[in-house]
Amino acid sequence: MAIPDAVPFINLGWDDLLFIILSTVMIGTAILVVTLRDIIRCGLAMMVSFAALAGLYVLIGAPLVAAAQVLVYIGAISVLILFAIMLTQTKAGPARLVFQTQAVPAAVAAAVLGLLIALTVGATNWNAVDAPIRVGTAILAQVLFDQYVLPFEIVSVLLLAAVIGGIFLAKREPDSSI
Amino acid sequence: MSHSLDAYLVLAGILFSIGTFGYLARRNAISMLMSIELMLNAVNLTIIAFGAFIPSLKVQGSVIALIVLAVAAAEATVGLSIVIAIFRNKKTPLVDEYDTMRD
Repeated sequence: MAIPDAVPFINLGWDDLLFIILSTVMIGTAILVVTLRDIIRCGLAMMVSFAALAGLYVLIGAPLVAAAQVLVYIGAISVLILFAIMLTQTKAGPARLVFQTQAVPAAVAAAVLGLLIALTVGATNWNAVDAPIRVGTAILAQVLFDQYVLPFEIVSVLLLAAVIGGIFLAKREPDSSI
Repeated sequence: MSHSLDAYLVLAGILFSIGTFGYLARRNAISMLMSIELMLNAVNLTIIAFGAFIPSLKVQGSVIALIVLAVAAAEATVGLSIVIAIFRNKKTPLVDEYDTMRD
């Protein structure tokens, strides 16, 4: 059975439909991340948001970055954040006030920032092409390990330094009470 | 819609604004770190979108995004361990109760 070119009943291409679904999920769960009271649920919503963003990366033609997004963000950073939540929350935490007193000015500032970005994007001619260009894994690997091998190595040293620094910062002092 | 750079840039702008709001408004230090992750993801989406729609940035966009991903992992490690270290001293994750330097 052949798949039709456009979605039946509504006049949209399949990639447009996917874009709408993925971006709605991403923005919706991102709003949940910043508004939910229970911080564990914030962390789980953040994982869904990252997954939708990985889907957008596939849609835009960067499959390797999408795979790295799933591995690094969903697999590593989210789990790290969930562990930190388990280590740092008090029992009274969820019952307390979620937002600072300046939440309303913060909302206004964020809305103004989003509006400014949208206006700037709309007013600028980026000389963009009409369809996203796919980047194959082979050509990306060739450029990454040839032209950009020094930044790659520096990033691996940075990660090592960050892991050692994290262990040093988070380890218990020998004389501490907890 | 999925074939225009503007749609992706506006989407990234909305995500960045949500992250900004969360960073400014939440009281919990971990929530603030999660908002920072949202903002980093928005920037990464911008980079990938430019790489996909501007031919001269075709491969470089993905390379920069991969490096930003690794730096974000390093940032999360150090940030969360700082939060854990502060929690061990102050017994609270709420940032507006960290007021030692005010006294």
